[in-house]
Amino acid sequence: MDFKFSEKEQAFHDELTDFLTTELPQGWADHPVHWPHDYAQSPYRDAKDVEVNESFVKKIAAKGWLTISWPKEYGGQGFSNMEQAIYDERMSYHRAPAGSSGSIGAGIVGPMLLRIGTKEQQAEFIPKIARGEISFWLGYSEPNAGSDLGAVRTTAVEEGDELILNGQKCWSSGAHKADYSWMIVRTDPDARKHQGCSFVIVDNKTPGLEMQPVINILGDHSFNEVFMTDARIPKNNLVGEKNKGFYHLMQALDFERITLVGIGGFKRMFEEIIDYVKTNKRNGKLLSEIPSVRHSLAEIATKIEIGYLLFWRTAEMLDRGEDPNVESSSLKVATTELARDMAEVAMEILGPYGQLTELSEWSPIRALVSRGFLESISATIGAGTSEIQRNIIAQRGLGLPRV
Amino acid sequence: MNLDLNTEQTLLKNSAKSFLKEECPSSLIREVRESDQAFPQKLWKDMADMGWMGLGIDEKYEGIGGSASDVAVLMEAMGEVSLPAPFFTTVVVSGTTIQQSSNEEIKTKLLPLIVAGQLISSFALIEPNNEYGLTHIRTTATADGSNWIFSGTKLFVEYAKGAHYFLTVASVEGSGLIIAMIDATTDGIELKSMPTLDYSKQCEVVFNAVKVPAENILAVGEDAELILKHLEDICAVAKCSEMMGAIQSVLDVSVEYAKDRTQFGQPIGGFQAIQHHCANMAVDVDSARYLTGLAAWKLSQGMPATKEASMAKAFVSKAAVRISKLGHQIHGAISFCDEHDMHLYLRRSQSASMAFGSSEYHLEKVARQIGL
Repeated sequence: MDFKFSEKEQAFHDELTDFLTTELPQGWADHPVHWPHDYAQSPYRDAKDVEVNESFVKKIAAKGWLTISWPKEYGGQGFSNMEQAIYDERMSYHRAPAGSSGSIGAGIVGPMLLRIGTKEQQAEFIPKIARGEISFWLGYSEPNAGSDLGAVRTTAVEEGDELILNGQKCWSSGAHKADYSWMIVRTDPDARKHQGCSFVIVDNKTPGLEMQPVINILGDHSFNEVFMTDARIPKNNLVGEKNKGFYHLMQALDFERITLVGIGGFKRMFEEIIDYVKTNKRNGKLLSEIPSVRHSLAEIATKIEIGYLLFWRTAEMLDRGEDPNVESSSLKVATTELARDMAEVAMEILGPYGQLTELSEWSPIRALVSRGFLESISATIGAGTSEIQRNIIAQRGLGLPRV
Repeated sequence: MNLDLNTEQTLLKNSAKSFLKEECPSSLIREVRESDQAFPQKLWKDMADMGWMGLGIDEKYEGIGGSASDVAVLMEAMGEVSLPAPFFTTVVVSGTTIQQSSNEEIKTKLLPLIVAGQLISSFALIEPNNEYGLTHIRTTATADGSNWIFSGTKLFVEYAKGAHYFLTVASVEGSGLIIAMIDATTDGIELKSMPTLDYSKQCEVVFNAVKVPAENILAVGEDAELILKHLEDICAVAKCSEMMGAIQSVLDVSVEYAKDRTQFGQPIGGFQAIQHHCANMAVDVDSARYLTGLAAWKLSQGMPATKEASMAKAFVSKAAVRISKLGHQIHGAISFCDEHDMHLYLRRSQSASMAFGSSEYHLEKVARQIGL
């Protein structure tokens, strides 16, 4: 085993660290209010932060970093998956506005189009994704197709050069702010359930597509319900092989589990908690001197190290041309449960102060822990519940029989 | 970055696995358990003939060299079969410690004997009412001409009955710690068995004014403390590797069993409850593997490894027991029988989890390492 970055990787790591330290406003990391590995898509709280976000994304786009691991001919930098992972780690550690990198477009749709899209589809979407000009939402879940994604009922029926969509998607995170959906639909109603699905790209502006906001437990608008009534899209927007959508989905989900980890965010949040316990007293005693605090934080530090190791492993496997299918599920289980564990431990340490929201002047660590406590509920549910991940590990990884 | 074993390590792993599978079946563990022999002599000789005792020992002393990562590979293979032999105390603990001493005479004298499989050494550190650690050592060493006089009681001394030497840690008035290789045949040493739940042959060793010649002293004072601190990391990682082997075995046999065992008309491995037990074991095994691998790699590179070694020991200690218990749960009643091998892993996991620092002990070390 060798855990060292190559010289090139180390140089890139250092370049990123320098860039982020110089280009982000002083104290920027204290602004974002999201907990590691959540799916809540917490908005920035003030207009100035939104401005920083936009101007920073332009800077990283100019560097060509939004799609660094894509091939050069598609607007990428041709970097390795390990360098992509280093980029994700550094960005999330600095809580940098990620733009479309680490997002659905650059992390999931782009790589999928590069693998299974037609030349025309690549020409149409890839450059715009690479420049951060368009964004996507994931059209997977439906009211009766959650963990059982093979049960999707939204239909796509061919008529001339078009596909006519009818149905409903739900838990559509960020759909209201995105331009397109990367959607799985039923194209053969007579086939067995996993065999009649296909992927399509759907423009949000398609007539017949309507959205309603759903407010999440943090009080933010992240989810939507999306209804399609005779919504017509070009037949050319069908991506990959018709009726093989479920197989493509497995790969798309692997990308999602790796892309959305934001592993550096764990380290950053943990450092804030460490600083807090070293500088705050309870009943006359520094929190950091209490044995149970020391031990529970040492345990979290260990789990963060494990998260990092599982994260690097997926990148390293991709670079060797292996599919980290089972490994991305292990990574997802480990890091999302860590998101909850870290919130639980921090809550326990903060005691009654942990429950305070950002509206209280007594709230510690910018009320991140009370947010994290709620936000991390999404971690083990989104992108395939922990139970689904364990099914994958057991069935695909260990070869246990399918139920 | 490459999280797989390198070619030589893969070769070592495969040859060690196939040798031990053949030569160290669980029947041997039961045989040793029921006999007075400290460990199986023939197996020990065969292991020495394969060159294993030289792993991690310099070529200068007739060893074959090799890094902490290489030792980890071998320890893992030994953990897979719950090897009932003093490789860890002799080669890993004593070999490493002797090698780090500046006492060239004793290195030249003892290391080649270890390599040849002719010297068994056990580690005398823990004392009554103490747990593992380097503080509160009350066994004393007092200078007496060209000798040192050792007095005190040591507990949990593994394989003491078969040992030729005791690697002993004691306190010297005003100078901190001292490390000595005490010849087991010296007058004034008493052994009493301490039967443990993992069948390991541990002993209480009493030193009654035992005379130790100065040439048997490995280090005193600051030198001794440096060696012992480094040894703590090495022992933590080696124990993790051993547990890794055990839990990999538990996972493998449990998954096989879940595929074969039929209830309600289907293999129990088709039930989600069993699948999730297996998945949890697999994630734990992988986490343990990479965490241990990272610590071993840092040691191999000569980098500071205390944080990683303690993270690994804290985590793997808990994971090993957790996984062994899940192994029992999946196997059901048969695993509660002596004839079944699952309890060998549970026993070994529980004992290894407490050896060389419990999870709590190492969490405290991690806490210090992360600035708390």
